[in-house]
Amino acid sequence: MELGVFYILAAVIVVSGLLVVTLKNIFHSALMLILCLFGVAGIYILLHADFLAAVQVLLYVGGVTILMIFAIMVTHQLTGKKIKHYNEQPVPAGLIILSLLILLIVSITRTAFEVADKAEPMPTVAVIGRALMTDYVLPFEVVSVVLLVALIGAIVIARRD
Amino acid sequence: MPDRFAGRLTALEMFGNYAYTGIWLLIGVGFVLVTFWFASLIRPQRPNPTKLENYECGEMPLSASYLQFNVKYYIFALIFVIFDVEVVFLFPWAVVYNSLGLFALIEMLVFLLILIFGLAYAWKKGALQWV
Repeated sequence: MELGVFYILAAVIVVSGLLVVTLKNIFHSALMLILCLFGVAGIYILLHADFLAAVQVLLYVGGVTILMIFAIMVTHQLTGKKIKHYNEQPVPAGLIILSLLILLIVSITRTAFEVADKAEPMPTVAVIGRALMTDYVLPFEVVSVVLLVALIGAIVIARRD
Repeated sequence: MPDRFAGRLTALEMFGNYAYTGIWLLIGVGFVLVTFWFASLIRPQRPNPTKLENYECGEMPLSASYLQFNVKYYIFALIFVIFDVEVVFLFPWAVVYNSLGLFALIEMLVFLLILIFGLAYAWKKGALQWV
């Protein structure tokens, strides 16, 4: 049952991911990216990471792709035009992809993936919240500073006036 | 620490809930597909240029629907994503708030205060203004 769901989700992710890079209309690519990220959220649910799945939908599906669609819409050269996929450099691209593939296969097959012997907490939100408020207070507060920097940086770069 | 997860769901209950989500997803997608497929079966096919125009509430369309939007929308999207991330941190805090009390409240106030500086900066720079 779980394996079947995994294969369906994996198929959705791979097919939509391929469509993201092969579709001629970049707006359609962005929409396919939404489907792809939804599939990843499904994988998180399958791994019992329910909070991470919610974050994936909220931030990646709801935030990052919106940002991308806005970027496409405000860019004059991109909207409604067919894009070229081929940049006439198949040999270097193929070499890089091949070496990346070998690297991934070697690292995946050689890593001994350790499994924790604890039973995972089922709604993970409370555990994450408690950890953020007690053991990881400093990183938590640093996050707000990082977000502040991102916000100010975005405004400074986006509004040159 | 058994009390920590009091009232937690079993794996079966949890996946039952997600199974509902999956079923509704299938019904939702299927409903649209079946409706379009059935409509294409029974409708007459006589297109003309006026029929194929984009529908704009009875108005004549001014241009193609692919046009360049105002860049100002992008700044709003950027600020939205920042505060989207902030809300994600509010959620686990709210779940454990009752059991942690004052300390957690102060931590979250510090977190929000730092981000309010960013909002004040955006406000002062006029990034929230629509000109």
